[in-house]
Amino acid sequence: MMATIAPGTATAAVRVTRSRRPALWGLIGAAVVVILLATLPYVVYADVTDLLVNAFILLVLASMWNLLAGYCGLISVGQQAYVGVGAYTVLVLAQHGVNPYLAIPFAVVVSGAIAVPVSFLVFRLRAEYFAIGTWVVAEAFFLVLIRFRSLGGGTGTGLPGLALVDPAFRQALTYWSALAVAAAALLVTYLLLSSRMGLDLTAIRDNEMAARSSGVRVTWAKRVVYVVSAAGCAAGGALLIVSQLNVVASAIFSVGWSAKMIFIALIGGLGSIEGPIVGTAIYTVIQQTLAQFGAWYLILLGTVAVLIAMFLPRGIWGVVTSQFHIQVFPVGYWLHR
Amino acid sequence: MNWANAIVQGILLGGLYALFAVFGYGVQRLIIQKSLEVSPLTTLLVTFGLSVVIQNLLLVAASADSHSFDLGSLISASMRVTPELSIGYVPLLIFVTAVVVLSGLQLFLSRTAMGRAIRASADDQEASSIAGVDTRHVFGIAAAIAFATVALAGLALGSSSSFDPSAGPARLIFAFEAVIIGGVGSLWGTLAGGVILGVAQAVGAQIDPSGGVLAGHLVFLAVLALRPQGLIRARLAT
Repeated sequence: MMATIAPGTATAAVRVTRSRRPALWGLIGAAVVVILLATLPYVVYADVTDLLVNAFILLVLASMWNLLAGYCGLISVGQQAYVGVGAYTVLVLAQHGVNPYLAIPFAVVVSGAIAVPVSFLVFRLRAEYFAIGTWVVAEAFFLVLIRFRSLGGGTGTGLPGLALVDPAFRQALTYWSALAVAAAALLVTYLLLSSRMGLDLTAIRDNEMAARSSGVRVTWAKRVVYVVSAAGCAAGGALLIVSQLNVVASAIFSVGWSAKMIFIALIGGLGSIEGPIVGTAIYTVIQQTLAQFGAWYLILLGTVAVLIAMFLPRGIWGVVTSQFHIQVFPVGYWLHR
Repeated sequence: MNWANAIVQGILLGGLYALFAVFGYGVQRLIIQKSLEVSPLTTLLVTFGLSVVIQNLLLVAASADSHSFDLGSLISASMRVTPELSIGYVPLLIFVTAVVVLSGLQLFLSRTAMGRAIRASADDQEASSIAGVDTRHVFGIAAAIAFATVALAGLALGSSSSFDPSAGPARLIFAFEAVIIGGVGSLWGTLAGGVILGVAQAVGAQIDPSGGVLAGHLVFLAVLALRPQGLIRARLAT
């Protein structure tokens, strides 16, 4: 666990630093990586960028789930509700002539707006009841959406508006959009956690009851995170429909999305920004090598998730930080002797 | 089916439930207890992971094909109450079973020493340990009862409709909705919640053939919005 301490209480022997130089290097490093990644469509074939688009989508979703579970202790099995809302918002706007790429920000806003009233409903449920309650909400969204014949009903429909675009350029554009959304998701997470609310969230992560009794507005912080996470998942859903050029309701509202988010965040490490990045890399490698084994692949994935949850509750990145004291995106206070 | 045959079948079924109970006790003691000690959230993640594993093991063993039990003529047999209304024997038998099981559980929880230990451990694990309750064993027994009851419910599901390896999650959602509608921690509330959910689904399907499940979800969300404590406020622990 990172030690958090108010600056005023530090004794002369202990120096307290937070976020300054190491964070600057972390951000500069991240910016360089993003710029390098942005040149990839000129360098490699489209199958590589397509693979990365999927990885970026998973990274966004897992980061949002990590924000919920890793910091607020909110285990949601229903984030696919917002993945679906994101995809269908892009579909509706595209059907009315909006460029699908420009529709992505709208999907984020719409989903965030929907999450506000939903949060009042699902926040009445505790722990495991919250988990299944969010799932019911996702199922309800799914069952409502398939009633609209114009949105493809239960069979799905194609995304209009991109038929005349050159495929190579379209794939590059999708890649850049996915890269931008992933970078934005990580940046928003970083800024949220470095802000005053980040302190609140870290306190809630470490001990919710102690945080509440110290005057942290726990429910408010959780609601903000829930809405941010819904908005982020909608961006992921919007990217999905833009990259696949079609949407099938049962696939986009599948609880499998939540399973993937859980697996990636868990294996990488809950409660850190770096965890989902590590988790996405590992998941993508496992998926590429083992996905042809079908059910056995999922059995392996489930078993690994169970073992990690029980024996490495802070995931692989948690082991790395506790062994080597590395942080790429430091948001806590650090004590130096 | 003659009586001797029925009794033999019943004994074999009892063996199945006992097997599930032992399985439940083992899973609780070996896996879930360990995860409970890490954190309550870990339990949720571990059981979710287990459900993925079990579902896919079933997929490997039994394929994705839909199955149903062959109940012969019993499956369509029904008694005609009025010219408009007839009640199937299988659904009626399942309903009676549910009432008997819930009554038994209610009596067990309120009248026996183990029932009292389960309620106490659910209320406050540390305080019950101090009072001399072996909470790990108690949780194991509770899991054994839960697994055996779910096995019974699984057989009931299989005799009333077709099923496949992915049939579980939808039932889990319905069961959860019944619990919340009825009120967490109240067994009779769960029965009432189940009946309300069933009626909502049936009436919804009457209004629109594809709207049954959605109607159930909407009733659940309405209860959550208007009466979050459920119909019956719990006297048992939450």
